[in-house]
Amino acid sequence: MTTSGNPLRDPQDRRLPRIAGPSGLVIFGVTGDLSRKKLMPAVYDLANRGLLPPGFSLVGFARRDWEDEDFAQVVHDAVKEHARTPFREEVWQQLAEGFRFVPGEFDDDDAFETLRATIDELDKARGTGGNFAFYLSVPPKFFPKVVQQLKKHGLSQGPGDSWRRAVIEKPFGHDLASAQELNRVVHEVFEPVDVFRIDHYLGKETVQNILALRFANTMFEPIWNRSYVDHVQITMAEDIGIGGRAGYYDGIGAARDVIQNHLLQLLALTAMEEPGSFHPKALVAEKLKVLSAVELPEDLGKHTVRAQYAHAWQGGEEVLGYLEEEGIDPKSKTDTYAAIKLTINNRRWAGVPFYLRTGKRLGRRVTEIAVVFKRAPFLPFESGATEELGQNALVIRVQPDEGVTVRFGSKVPGTSMEVRDVTMDFAYGESFTESSPEAYERLLLDVLLGDANLFPRHQEVELSWNILDPIEEYWDKHGKPAQYAAGTWGPAEADEMLARDGRSWRRP
Amino acid sequence: MKIDLTNTTSSKINSGLIDARRAIGTPAVGMVLTLVIVTDEGNAYDALKAAGDASHEHPSRILAVIRRPGRSPRDRAKSRLDAEIRVGSDAGAGETVLLRLHGELADHAESVVLPLLLPDAPVVVWWPEDAPDNPAGDPLGKLAQRRITDAAAAEDPVGALRLRAGSYSPGDTDLAWTRITPWRSMLAAALDQKHSAISAAVVEGEPYNPSTELLGMWLADRLQVPVERRVSDGPGLTAVRMTTADGTICLDRADGALAELAMPGQPDRRVALKRRETAELIAEELRRLDPDESYRSAVRFGVDRLGAQPPQDGSAAQPPSGGAQKKAAPAKKAAEPARQSADSGAEKAK
Repeated sequence: MTTSGNPLRDPQDRRLPRIAGPSGLVIFGVTGDLSRKKLMPAVYDLANRGLLPPGFSLVGFARRDWEDEDFAQVVHDAVKEHARTPFREEVWQQLAEGFRFVPGEFDDDDAFETLRATIDELDKARGTGGNFAFYLSVPPKFFPKVVQQLKKHGLSQGPGDSWRRAVIEKPFGHDLASAQELNRVVHEVFEPVDVFRIDHYLGKETVQNILALRFANTMFEPIWNRSYVDHVQITMAEDIGIGGRAGYYDGIGAARDVIQNHLLQLLALTAMEEPGSFHPKALVAEKLKVLSAVELPEDLGKHTVRAQYAHAWQGGEEVLGYLEEEGIDPKSKTDTYAAIKLTINNRRWAGVPFYLRTGKRLGRRVTEIAVVFKRAPFLPFESGATEELGQNALVIRVQPDEGVTVRFGSKVPGTSMEVRDVTMDFAYGESFTESSPEAYERLLLDVLLGDANLFPRHQEVELSWNILDPIEEYWDKHGKPAQYAAGTWGPAEADEMLARDGRSWRRP
Repeated sequence: MKIDLTNTTSSKINSGLIDARRAIGTPAVGMVLTLVIVTDEGNAYDALKAAGDASHEHPSRILAVIRRPGRSPRDRAKSRLDAEIRVGSDAGAGETVLLRLHGELADHAESVVLPLLLPDAPVVVWWPEDAPDNPAGDPLGKLAQRRITDAAAAEDPVGALRLRAGSYSPGDTDLAWTRITPWRSMLAAALDQKHSAISAAVVEGEPYNPSTELLGMWLADRLQVPVERRVSDGPGLTAVRMTTADGTICLDRADGALAELAMPGQPDRRVALKRRETAELIAEELRRLDPDESYRSAVRFGVDRLGAQPPQDGSAAQPPSGGAQKKAAPAKKAAEPARQSADSGAEKAK
């Protein structure tokens, strides 16, 4: 099973990709959106790139009256529609033989017995070797039930030295207490090293590139501190509403849905010190250090904002306000927009605010990290010459149009001295592949390989809740969400929040 | 957009490139490497198409060097450089310059190419066919970090492998090697699983398919067991069989797309092993630009150390070309040391 003894493996042979060993994937909630739009296409794309082991099997578990063939048809349609790589019949044939479907509810013992029989059958027919990952693509309230059922039916432990892993999706709880409870429940059944928490942002090339940008180069690190950085803005904007996710979204809100995981992970990667190595332990140690140094503003009312999108015209379409969405309580206080200010108490960052914002139905879909630098302390130009000069900035565009932009001043051609902002651009699509792998491909492969580097550990999750909990508590007790017209860049209150510090939001 | 320049020079082409970029409004250059394709009028179209497709993964400046020495003494006496600049949607995700070298200039391609290389970016030279005997010694090859040849396009593919082994320099690579990456990764994955020791192996493929030899040499080199090369009807590589005490590990691809992996004590499984387009091969080549040690080790193992059995009754129905292939890789001294065969190759290269 080990690769060290394999004579065909040679560390110098870098053409050979990492292929997962014999294994299979069980998806709970396989009829969901995530499963159809991301997981199934990712499985196909991995197979198409030749990264899945021969005999790889996919088991769907859901409350549908389906046969294996019906399931295969659903996967087929999902792959045709959403896969990144072209559809190839021979790849499909390789995969399709390993599709199984188990109908049932999560409290249905018979269904889990069927699941176990299915897994045993796959071990025999497909050579999966007892290695299975259980992907819980279900609302978190079902997590305890599902993991308990897995334990009860002997599915959480494989035979011999085979592995069983659990993959869970956000939200990892809705506050610190619930996150701890969830961790306890899951860890009761699976060892902490066998639990993979998916934060799909960490699977993105651009996010992994933050570390390369910072630690492989010399020109950025010297200015990556309070002496040169004025502030940092981390934005994740979506242009869609809550769609059909009312049941999930109401009561959770933007801050819990996005800030707690994605934005705080981006903050950690942007602000952390250099790790001793890229070993998972070294990396997580640095992330934990910086997350525990995060401090909240004293006056939460002045430095945090939450809001809900209101009925308006967005990009040529008339869209409903959040409170008018189907399934939402008209008196709901759930935030669809959240902006918070954080500081980091260490020598590198003391006094540098980190502004985090996220929202639905904003101007366009964009995620970016903008490091905004201080103005030059002295400008030897005539007044007026630098009127159009803004602050220098380095923007890491996480999605879409992945890349890095540097903004700086440049002389406008002509006889007079006039300096204006220009940008210098590095685009992934230009310098590397047009089709870099989807985050889920990378993460699914890492799960099958057992590589935990790109998955937040439970300590990180708990620290993140530590940061967010006081804010949520404050919001619960004080006031109600502001309103912003759908399709704009958030409420006026958010602009005021930055104006108080003498700053303004970038238009991403 | 396209710009045609006749009777021109490298510096005029350089300004032409800048003009062309300005005209389509994208003055920024995000290209990561220069790909020089050395070809002739007949192959230029296919090679450029493949390179253009690969450029979506690796945006590059593609320089196609098309030699037209001329057929008559009058033509040969006149030297002239014509260029065709393509940028924007005509040139994949980069820019392309077709350089037509007439007359005596055909022998001095490097003088035209050198000023057109991207600053501070790696250079890759690709000979879709008619590769020089010693790529690293070639004037164009000297400009490059990476030199791509294709033994399959040679008149005598197996002989080409001997030549490559003899003249190998770090940075050399061959598309016949690139073609077997999926096979190698599938075989490596198969051996990641429990298996008993391998005592011998067989590779099967159609005649004149140097990838079959290369795969055999790689297996022999890594596994340190005798490897036999057998001829089949193809397409391409058709099977690898590895003998173990428990039975045979077999990866069999009869139709060029879907293979079957059989391992002792395990169910047979189907795996997709599609023969790939040239564009995909070039894209793979451009992914890493450091010397490929595994290729060096495999190609220098020596074609002549592969065992080749006389045709068995089962395969007696081979077309005559298959038989000729057998003779082409003679068992003159099957155990001749690799070093020796490499040296003889080097001598031929000179």
